[in-house]
Amino acid sequence: MTAFLDFEKSISELDSRIAELREGATAGAIEPEIARLEAKSDKMLRDLYAKLSPWQKAQVARHPERPHFKDYIAGFVEYFMPLAGDRAFGEDKAIVGGFGRIGGRRCLVIGHEKGDDTASRLKHNFGMAKPEGYRKAIRLMEMADRFGLPVVTLVDTSGAFPGVQAEERGQAEAIARSTEACLALGVPMIAAVVGEGGSGGAVALAAANRVLMFEHAIYSVISPEGCASILWRTADKAADAAEAMKITASDLKRLGVIDRIVQEPLGGAHRDPAAAIANLAKAIGEELSALVGLSPAALRDARRQKFLAIG
Amino acid sequence: MSWLSRVRTTIASFTKRETAENLWHKCPSCGQMIFVKEYEENQSVCPKCEHHGRIGPDARFDALFDDGMHVRLPAPSVREDPLKFRDSKRYADRIKAARTATGESDALINAKGTIEGYKAVVGVQDFAFMGGSMGLAVGAAFVVGVEAAIADKCPYVIFTAAGGARMQEGILSLMQMPKTTVAISRLREAGLPYIVVMTDPTTGGVTASYAMLGDIQIAEPGALIGFAGQRVIESTIREKLPEGFQRAEYLLDHGMLDMVVHRHHLRAEIARFISYLCPQEAAA
Ligand SMILES: [Zn+2]
Repeated sequence: MTAFLDFEKSISELDSRIAELREGATAGAIEPEIARLEAKSDKMLRDLYAKLSPWQKAQVARHPERPHFKDYIAGFVEYFMPLAGDRAFGEDKAIVGGFGRIGGRRCLVIGHEKGDDTASRLKHNFGMAKPEGYRKAIRLMEMADRFGLPVVTLVDTSGAFPGVQAEERGQAEAIARSTEACLALGVPMIAAVVGEGGSGGAVALAAANRVLMFEHAIYSVISPEGCASILWRTADKAADAAEAMKITASDLKRLGVIDRIVQEPLGGAHRDPAAAIANLAKAIGEELSALVGLSPAALRDARRQKFLAIG
Repeated sequence: MSWLSRVRTTIASFTKRETAENLWHKCPSCGQMIFVKEYEENQSVCPKCEHHGRIGPDARFDALFDDGMHVRLPAPSVREDPLKFRDSKRYADRIKAARTATGESDALINAKGTIEGYKAVVGVQDFAFMGGSMGLAVGAAFVVGVEAAIADKCPYVIFTAAGGARMQEGILSLMQMPKTTVAISRLREAGLPYIVVMTDPTTGGVTASYAMLGDIQIAEPGALIGFAGQRVIESTIREKLPEGFQRAEYLLDHGMLDMVVHRHHLRAEIARFISYLCPQEAAA
């Protein structure tokens, strides 16, 4: 059963009642009542998700059961061949990358992996990459460029890892170079913000020809909590900060920062991961089809123009 | 201290200084009292301990260009307050206050002139203007500076100083990272040098974009330089930070810079780099 978010309390209560009724049911008599309550629950979910606040969307985007990188790979990337290491320091599992086929087309797929239980979260450092993660991404993107593979990135990070060693090894430089590597590609690049697009750690993998974003994903310069604690002097004002910063897919589409919103199943991607994954696969496939065949110069110029024009 | 409170302190001392000409300056590092006039003549470097104070575009241009002669590039016009942002104050009011306090239109000012005879376009980020933060105006000014360098076939030199991206412009401030990076690619393709001088402080999204992409990376002594804030790091690792962490000398030791240069020697060092990388531009 889905873990409910705080703002879904009324639905969670209703669903528990339905479950209780089912258990105690002596067939037939209460079926109409269950059907009525289910319809009610469905409508409540629909109404709630039709007008989620930016802060509620942040909760959905961070939902622990939301599909992660490995789920998308399993869902629509065939023959995935993960590659490892930055050839200089180490292997950072917060960013996973490798070759794979999307709709039969050979691609390089890179993305943040947050993990979904304690062991895998630790292994992937909660999706917070270190310099070696970005340097691995650079290495792979440069290789994709040389061998003519389109690059697809899946962005899902609260941000780059804030640590002493990460700083010493040049976290800022690694992010800057990764952004530069995206912008230099002569192959198509598509980025999809699938969960959290957190600051520089996200943009380092998202300076793409086409930037897609899930309906309930967020993408922001700083986390709502971080913004609130600086400008409002308390993280409790995160909801206000989320509202003010414009972090939702519809706001970002309006601002010209993203190109396409990918719909999520009712109640968020975590309620029907297969449907969410299928929607994303379809969108990426369409975007790739529109870009393959363009010359390296045309792809690079279009990408650069797009970012020069934002403002 | 957040960049905001730092800005408030800066603005307060600025105003005080304006109203009392012969005020003493107290060195924040060693406590030495210095005549403001004497301090400024020393390019805001403490004569006792060599602490480098923050300086704005005018002082920087005066010290860097030959005889202080330079022409400012016009500030590009950008959308103001694109998100109609408001926290405890309206962003529009914060901009207004910053403009009044600094006399500048935003946090990045470009000028062109010659440095020991070499043509250069120089951009200076003004920490006194909302912590030097990078929003649409800073990104656009960076692009304008690079374009002017390409047009004049000369290097672009940037003095960075920023708490990071300007949160009040939300995602649009984040988008200045790829935008400025595109400008740098164009400068590279034109075969022109890009020289970065990191000054105190340079952090966040500014460090993670144009401040770390220089052909030559210089920093002023003692400058705070990093990606993540120190408090954020401390609360993540739950231990004390190493001595000198995120300071210019520390970054030099870790291979992130070419050199740490005293403010008094910047002009000569920058000219020397240009003489190697862009020699044809030496004026007769
Ligand atoms: Zn001193």
